[in-house]
Amino acid sequence: MYIVEMGTLELKQTLNGHRGRVWNVCWHPNGTCLASCGEDKTIIIWGQQDPKWVVKTILTEGHTRTIREIAWSPSGNYIASASFDSTTAVWDNKSGQFECNATLEGHENEVKSVSWSCSGQLLATCSRDKSVWIWEVNDDEYECAAVINAHTQDVKKVRWHPNEEVVASASYDNTVKMFKEDPGDNDWSCIATLSSHTSTVWSLAWNKEGNQIATCSDDQTVKIWQEYKPDNEPGIVTPNNESVWKCVCTITGYHTRTIYDIDWCKTTGLLVTACGDDIIRIFKEDSDSDPHQPSFTMVCSMDTAHTQDVNCVQWHPTIPGQLASASDDGSVKIWFYNE
Amino acid sequence: MGDTLENINPKLYKKINEREITAEDEDEDIIDEFDTREIFDLIRNINDPEHPLTLEELNVVEQSLIEVIYYILIDNEANKVCVKFTPTIPHCSMATLIGLSIRVQLLRVLPPRFKVSVEITPGTHMSEAAVNKQLADKERVAAALENNHLLEVINQCIGIKC
Repeated sequence: MYIVEMGTLELKQTLNGHRGRVWNVCWHPNGTCLASCGEDKTIIIWGQQDPKWVVKTILTEGHTRTIREIAWSPSGNYIASASFDSTTAVWDNKSGQFECNATLEGHENEVKSVSWSCSGQLLATCSRDKSVWIWEVNDDEYECAAVINAHTQDVKKVRWHPNEEVVASASYDNTVKMFKEDPGDNDWSCIATLSSHTSTVWSLAWNKEGNQIATCSDDQTVKIWQEYKPDNEPGIVTPNNESVWKCVCTITGYHTRTIYDIDWCKTTGLLVTACGDDIIRIFKEDSDSDPHQPSFTMVCSMDTAHTQDVNCVQWHPTIPGQLASASDDGSVKIWFYNE
Repeated sequence: MGDTLENINPKLYKKINEREITAEDEDEDIIDEFDTREIFDLIRNINDPEHPLTLEELNVVEQSLIEVIYYILIDNEANKVCVKFTPTIPHCSMATLIGLSIRVQLLRVLPPRFKVSVEITPGTHMSEAAVNKQLADKERVAAALENNHLLEVINQCIGIKC
């Protein structure tokens, strides 16, 4: 008999500061502070004043509409913010305080997501206009390197590979696509289309190695996708000498509403999901899991983690078990998962 | 207390009577849960985007304009409200806007604990799946409500006629 060891999710602190829905939270790469954003058009940077998290800075006037997502650059010196006002702002604290020193324009309507590549030299944005844009970063100048029109609908999320210049995007068209630059002609092209979800794919997360991704959807499932490189051991055919991505696991039957976000912990390998049923759930890969057909077990389910939809969850970059969440209820919460 | 499924089908070609207030309703010691009639009352007076008529009244005008509230499912325990509405012509271009008006009205007046879903009655619209998907996408609904022109139209629909 297989006994599931259930862990507990302990609430460390509730952070109230936003007015209205909080869409997103993002840890600074060294974990010392946390940024959050929402429909009040502000970015709040929270810092720790032992033992409490407190408001350090509130960034305003960068956007005229909802701020959907923020992302710290890998260096931790910049914050990019994606807004419904169709722009992406880049903030830096060179002057000692965060200022918006660049605004990236070009999308036709709401920008839904923004992500920095591992080198910090590339930025990706995506929009309801169905496109993904790649921006090159040169000395605080941002130049559009590519406009990719591969999706047929609203693009919800962009996420760079943890250590390569490959970007994945999730869309209202139910697919995830991956793009990389062709060194021959410097064109960005689609190298993989991941089709299996039956409704909007809201978010995705790469594993530490970048050979698996987890996706979450309005279809109430999580899917795990595995990369098969050319000449792979199981003999999966790889046309054009490009990797093939296959759905190797579907986690179904746990979530009762849309899953808005997912994060894959780089230190513990745990998956966490944010759901429209107000619950935060944690999944762990089974120890006897077959790498080509992995299985995951739910190890924690926090009912009423928030009083409304959970929009975002993110593991702390260095402290295993710590995570932050954001909700329609207007709060940000800091949690600790005890195995 | 399980799911309450009630068919409020306003094929009655006139407005339904005002709700009768019972002694129980006025007793402060009795917890009144939301019922389908209350939800219906919240949305029956939503105006058609083009005509000075309510969704309820549109039953009486020409076929092409009819939008009826087909049913309301409410589960207080699970904090769920589901409204299904019926565009009786399968290509009604106003279906999304009407659905959005219903959704916005319920979002505004119901306590935030409720998860509201507004869908087209199965099999009654050519773009049923697309309209339902859009109405269920809270991010797109949020973005739509930041569009001043659209918000004005929705407010006009929701605003109860004098």
